[in-house]
Amino acid sequence: MKVYLDNAATTRTKEKVIETMIPYFREVYGNPSSLHSAGQRANEALTEARASVAKNLGADTNEIYFTSGGSESDNQALRSAAEIGKRTGKKHIISTAFEHHAILHTLKRLQKEGFEITLLDVHENGIVRTDELEKAIRPDTCLVTVMYANNEIGTVQPIAEIGAICREKGVLFHTDAVQAAGHIFIDVKKQNIDMLSLSAHKFGGPKGVGVLYVKKGVPLTPLIEGGAQEKGKRAGTENLPSIMGMAEALREACAGMESNSVYVGRLRDKLIEGLSVIPHSVLNGDRVNRLPGNVSFCFEGIEGESLLLLLDDKGVQASSGSACTSGSLDPSHVLLAIGRVHDVAHGSLRLTLSEETTEEEIDYTIEAVKDTVDYLRSISPVWRDLINGKREFIL
Amino acid sequence: MALYSEKVMDHFRNPRNLGVIEDADGIGEVGNTKCGDIMKMYLKIENDIIVDVKFETFGCASAIASSSMATELIKGKPISEALTLTNQAVAEALDGLPAHKLHCSVLAEEAIKSALVDYYEKNGIAYDKELFAKKAVCCHE
Repeated sequence: MKVYLDNAATTRTKEKVIETMIPYFREVYGNPSSLHSAGQRANEALTEARASVAKNLGADTNEIYFTSGGSESDNQALRSAAEIGKRTGKKHIISTAFEHHAILHTLKRLQKEGFEITLLDVHENGIVRTDELEKAIRPDTCLVTVMYANNEIGTVQPIAEIGAICREKGVLFHTDAVQAAGHIFIDVKKQNIDMLSLSAHKFGGPKGVGVLYVKKGVPLTPLIEGGAQEKGKRAGTENLPSIMGMAEALREACAGMESNSVYVGRLRDKLIEGLSVIPHSVLNGDRVNRLPGNVSFCFEGIEGESLLLLLDDKGVQASSGSACTSGSLDPSHVLLAIGRVHDVAHGSLRLTLSEETTEEEIDYTIEAVKDTVDYLRSISPVWRDLINGKREFIL
Repeated sequence: MALYSEKVMDHFRNPRNLGVIEDADGIGEVGNTKCGDIMKMYLKIENDIIVDVKFETFGCASAIASSSMATELIKGKPISEALTLTNQAVAEALDGLPAHKLHCSVLAEEAIKSALVDYYEKNGIAYDKELFAKKAVCCHE
């Protein structure tokens, strides 16, 4: 059995999305900047896509900027806020310890440029506390950037509350909603979000395309200079087929969100229950405030890369925050941020579901994970020491 | 290209000499859980020959494969030969390891040496400590 449980990494592009895209290669191939009719047809399509994306986020059409994806959107949002900060003499940014690297690495760069960065604690449940955010906001804070939902442990942040606090204090609020968009409720107006990043391939759209929503009146700084596309804020001929595919994917995802989240959430709960019986294991992240499709565990006494590769041999495709899978020697900064010690963080496994996941696949996966954890423990000198009392269990 | 060679995957999927020797003459354990790699080697030695070797490993695919390959390379060999086993030889026998995984082969070499030191010390045999200078490369040391 082949079971794809890495939907937080990327999703299969939906058939309807592919069909939507094809005419924009074959027929409507004009450049949206061209004045002739082929170009204008393309331009009309672009406007339709922008309106559709805006509608599904609760934004206005002119607040949607198309980018190459989540990382670019994150970079541009932070760079733009930093430019505003420089002009107004505000050089303090608040974020969290478990953001995506597109945020954390940009913040590191800004720190070198003289910005002061405060990273909020995300606690063991993987959720920021709004009272701690309120305390962290200073007169010189130019930006609060908190991810909507975490990519590894799936925890959903109190975005509306954060938005309300930032609005009240007059601080810009950006959220990296790459894992949330198309999966859980987003309304940028109701939630007082000033900037939001999303990526199409996380909800059945194509790769290499995304959105930066920017509230009217917030000045954007271009990362790419050139033509006047995207109101001069993002040069380069628009990737029209992908943009059309993304708009369709988001429309479909939002239309089906209610029923999908119930269905996927039920399978997620079954998977969590099934894996919880494995002794000396722990679910990472809050049990309730998590994405419908995210399951993340740590298993003591084993290492995640081995688990991942043996599961792949059994047909189950997953992901791990173990050091060995990342090319670095440290385990995932997300797991460390929620207080998992190295010993345990190395034995992590992330399984992310979609509405295409079936109950049979979940049943199969539970057995496959149990068997593989058992096997790896049976060959682990650490496990031997743990069960012989020579080493103390952490979990 | 895949991350690992076919040989690494073969030794990872079907590790040779996996297990424990209850009455081992020498036992060596290297690495630490913080780094995510621990190897334990068990040696049975008769007349300066490594007549049996078993291992247990906590770690990634390359750590398991490196331990497995290292046991194959020393099984049935005289101690003097086992002492010349280098991490490069282990990595080469596996048709190479990715650069950031080379420390796994170093651990394998060190696990064997650590088991031999244990054997020497248990039996009051004098040995050249220089030969056993640590060269590992763990992330947090």
